[in-house]
Amino acid sequence: MIGNILTAFITAVFIDNVVLARFLGICPFLGVSQSTKTAASMGAAVVFVMTLASAATWGIQQVLDSFGLGYLQTLAFILVIAALVQFVELFIRKSSDALYRALGVYLPLITTNCAVLGICIVNIQTKLGFVDSILNGAFAGFGFSVAIVLFSGIQIRMQESDIPEALKGFPSALIAASLVSLAFFGFQGMKL
Amino acid sequence: MTLYRTLRNGIIDENPTLRLVLGTCPTLAVTTAAINGVGMGLATTFVLICSNILISLLRRVIPDKVRIPAYVVIIASFVTIVQLLLEAYVPVLHQSLGLFIPLIVVNCIILGRAEAFASKNTVLYSAVDGLGMGLGFTLALIAMSSLREIVGAGTIFGVAIFGQNWHPMLMVALPPGGFLTYGLLIGLMNKLQLVKVNLKTHPAPALEEGGAK
Repeated sequence: MIGNILTAFITAVFIDNVVLARFLGICPFLGVSQSTKTAASMGAAVVFVMTLASAATWGIQQVLDSFGLGYLQTLAFILVIAALVQFVELFIRKSSDALYRALGVYLPLITTNCAVLGICIVNIQTKLGFVDSILNGAFAGFGFSVAIVLFSGIQIRMQESDIPEALKGFPSALIAASLVSLAFFGFQGMKL
Repeated sequence: MTLYRTLRNGIIDENPTLRLVLGTCPTLAVTTAAINGVGMGLATTFVLICSNILISLLRRVIPDKVRIPAYVVIIASFVTIVQLLLEAYVPVLHQSLGLFIPLIVVNCIILGRAEAFASKNTVLYSAVDGLGMGLGFTLALIAMSSLREIVGAGTIFGVAIFGQNWHPMLMVALPPGGFLTYGLLIGLMNKLQLVKVNLKTHPAPALEEGGAK
């Protein structure tokens, strides 16, 4: 049991990293990673929402399946995620001021983070159970955090370096991301 | 703005992929083979045109406060239509695009155009804007996926174009190569833009100065 969870963790964080191997959630990865602090906050918000969304969409899928409405998956999931994000935002605002200040700004952005919807659909497609879905959601979110925090360090270094005019901004960020992705590719050999 | 300007705006001046850098996830993920680029581009174009038309038609009906959820419902409906059509008629493409078909819903290009264009303009212009943006996205995807397929696999649309002794650079077809190709393509677009601006601001004197040095 513990071994399985550890395997799932290492697979989700290093081998099948959401950002670097699955190409999900690239927009916040490139956009929000300007400072390590904001990157860590964004990562925490994603872990939070992804875990909740994995649980919620698993339930929704059972309901859809029991009525034979599988084709409504996309529509139902995106609405549930959008509603969930709104709800979480309200809840955090009421309950914890410190947490709201840390995550508040990033929560609305998460609705359009394709990593959340993507992982929920992957959970359903790979037929994970309820607990496994939640764990996969949390681990994938953690993988996103690892990638975005690592990358924010690189972005800060790049701001100070002399980059050719045409490659400033997105191109140099993408090329750096390519190198990070190449480094993470080394974990592919570690098939568990 | 004329219809032609609207169309051209999407394809060249504000190309969503290469100029605005929107919709990066599908751009990186599906462009391993040229045929996937074409499929993804056309699927997105279809959703973009339809959602732009519908949102433009409903722009006076949708209350301002709930406009984003309303747009998302409209977009998700068209994505579901595309998903079912692809599954029925081109199952191979459906298989290779996989997860990224439902993810068209969260493609920021579509919601972006709904918010920035379709909610403020007439139906005809919105449709043309959808077509222009869609084609801009499709052309960028075709450019990138052809490049990655040629270098990474030595084929184009599945047809081998190099001889037996060609060793494909596998890395380009793998995730790191996706980031690299995309970065270099945007860099190239920026370079062309810089050259164009330079020529416009000082056409002849620039050459003289260069000669004097």
